[in-house]
Amino acid sequence: MMALDLSQNKHSDVSMDEKDRLFDEVKSDERWEHVLYGCYECGICVAACPSARFYDFSPRLIAQAVAREDTDLIYTLMSDSIWDCSQCFSCDRCPRQNSPGQIITIMREVAVKNGLGTAKEALAGYGRIIYKIMLTGTQVSPDMLQPDAFPDWGTHVYEIADNLDDWRRALPPETLHTTETSWVIDDKTIIELYLIWHMTGVMDLIAGVDEGLYDIIVDVMEERLEEAGYDDVTFD
Amino acid sequence: MSFSDIPILKAEDRKFKADPTKAPKSDLREELFQLEKEGELEVQRVPDNYMELTTKYGRTKKIPLEKTWHHKSCGQCGHIPGYSASIFWLNRQFGLDYHDPTDQTSCTAWNYYASATSNPEAQAAVAIRNFAAADEVGYFPIIHCGTSFGHYKEVRHALVHQPELRRKVRKIMEKLGKKLIVPEEIVHYSEWVLAMKDKIAERQTVDMSMITATVHPACHYHKLVEEDAIYDSEIYGAQRTAIITGTLQKLGINVGDYSTWYDCCGFGFRHILVSRDFSRSFSVQRKIEVMIEEVNPDVTVTHDTGCVTTLDQSQFAGKAHGKKVGLPVMSDSQIAALAMGAHPYKVLQLHWHNTDNKAFLQKLGFDTDKLWAEFQAEIKEIKDGKKQYMSWEDADR
Repeated sequence: MMALDLSQNKHSDVSMDEKDRLFDEVKSDERWEHVLYGCYECGICVAACPSARFYDFSPRLIAQAVAREDTDLIYTLMSDSIWDCSQCFSCDRCPRQNSPGQIITIMREVAVKNGLGTAKEALAGYGRIIYKIMLTGTQVSPDMLQPDAFPDWGTHVYEIADNLDDWRRALPPETLHTTETSWVIDDKTIIELYLIWHMTGVMDLIAGVDEGLYDIIVDVMEERLEEAGYDDVTFD
Repeated sequence: MSFSDIPILKAEDRKFKADPTKAPKSDLREELFQLEKEGELEVQRVPDNYMELTTKYGRTKKIPLEKTWHHKSCGQCGHIPGYSASIFWLNRQFGLDYHDPTDQTSCTAWNYYASATSNPEAQAAVAIRNFAAADEVGYFPIIHCGTSFGHYKEVRHALVHQPELRRKVRKIMEKLGKKLIVPEEIVHYSEWVLAMKDKIAERQTVDMSMITATVHPACHYHKLVEEDAIYDSEIYGAQRTAIITGTLQKLGINVGDYSTWYDCCGFGFRHILVSRDFSRSFSVQRKIEVMIEEVNPDVTVTHDTGCVTTLDQSQFAGKAHGKKVGLPVMSDSQIAALAMGAHPYKVLQLHWHNTDNKAFLQKLGFDTDKLWAEFQAEIKEIKDGKKQYMSWEDADR
């Protein structure tokens, strides 16, 4: 288990103004007033937390830090701990109705939106997933079941990869005869999804954390949007 | 007053029954209908053929039995497709009118919880686009994935309480030519299975009384917006969700209890994809080993994409480390279909699962060699070009 460095030296190069600004952004989220009501320090959230058992991670520490508005510590947590959270929301057992998991959701969004280096590190190796979900509308697909991607799942993955096409054809629901997506998705549906990503600023988030991935995604999207008659859509 | 006059309530006689008038949270549906009156959004009503089940705080929830629009799960359809096929098979067996849409994206919440490379507007717009697509064809959404279910409940909650989010999503939907429409109920498929349990039991052809199972309730089913999950005073005294357990008990299965039932499966969203050491360790040490040590079940049954995947796939590495593993993992839809005589490979598609399930099937009396040969015969016909796909009729042959 890697110990979490809580000394205030690790991020001393980041100004307090910047740390305050990031926390203000967290607090300005519309969900903020529903996720933190105070903390008894009872530790129920930690007892219920799966990540706390295997990482130097504590939902209580996060709830306490944000309640005290300790922006220095919040920055440290935002740069490290928040990516250990399993997002299972077992911590919603909190007797004060806090949701450390939801606090972390907001903190992660702010970390990504501001292109924090640690967000980029946390998402390293995750690009293929973002590529898949943004371009196909399904997070995982049958053709992702490859031995090099899931070596710890054993020989069974080889068997699936070797038989993938035939096994997909031997699925009774007609919509599941696919390998690149989890089911058949209409072109119109995908175009609408691309427009949603565009209209809600998600493209900008991707550009902030992985410029190379952004370029690849934009290339594919522009071509399909043009084919669908959306010539005037720009991603700048 | 004598000692005998003092009423003594024994623990075993105490029956908890939730009182909806004392619910700590408001009924979101009332707020939804109020917003509809104000012209803020439209509410899609549950179609006529429904059953009412009880939720955590004693309210009732309408579970549609047909005219259902199946919001599929990317993880189920992609990696454990017999999970979804079993849901459809059950609908077909009862002759129910359902729709398996191609105008559907995933909820994209797996990515959202894993990477935060999205935001509330995008997530709500994806949800409402799917809901609108269901309404356009006249069917009511039923959600296959636990995370999609939990996430959509959160989206609905946010849309009700955040006017600015509603405004943004309405504008996006206008540009897509769609309505801002929200279902009256957010329904998970396992609620449908529970609602159908008596009918499933009537058609049961496989005796399951010799089977002991453990149950893992999905976190995003009963921990996210917890007031919307199904509870029953006859199941765990309404102190845990009745989902899965109620179905298994109706099928004659003995459900064993274990101490870490509340723990998650270890999926972790980003962890299962890029930090699987955590998922493997948690799943094996906190769930599978505990189940085996405390119950020694024949199977563990759950009701979500991530849970089946993590609990099943993690056991391979556990075996390599000499851990107590080897417990088959299935969904409640697969168990229900199996009880009604569905083919373990053509319908349940158990060859996509990792942990060996032959001993479980053989205990139920299935001839696994014969059944696998039947499936291989279908594959041969596909390979030989005699057929392009295996049909539903082939699956039932």
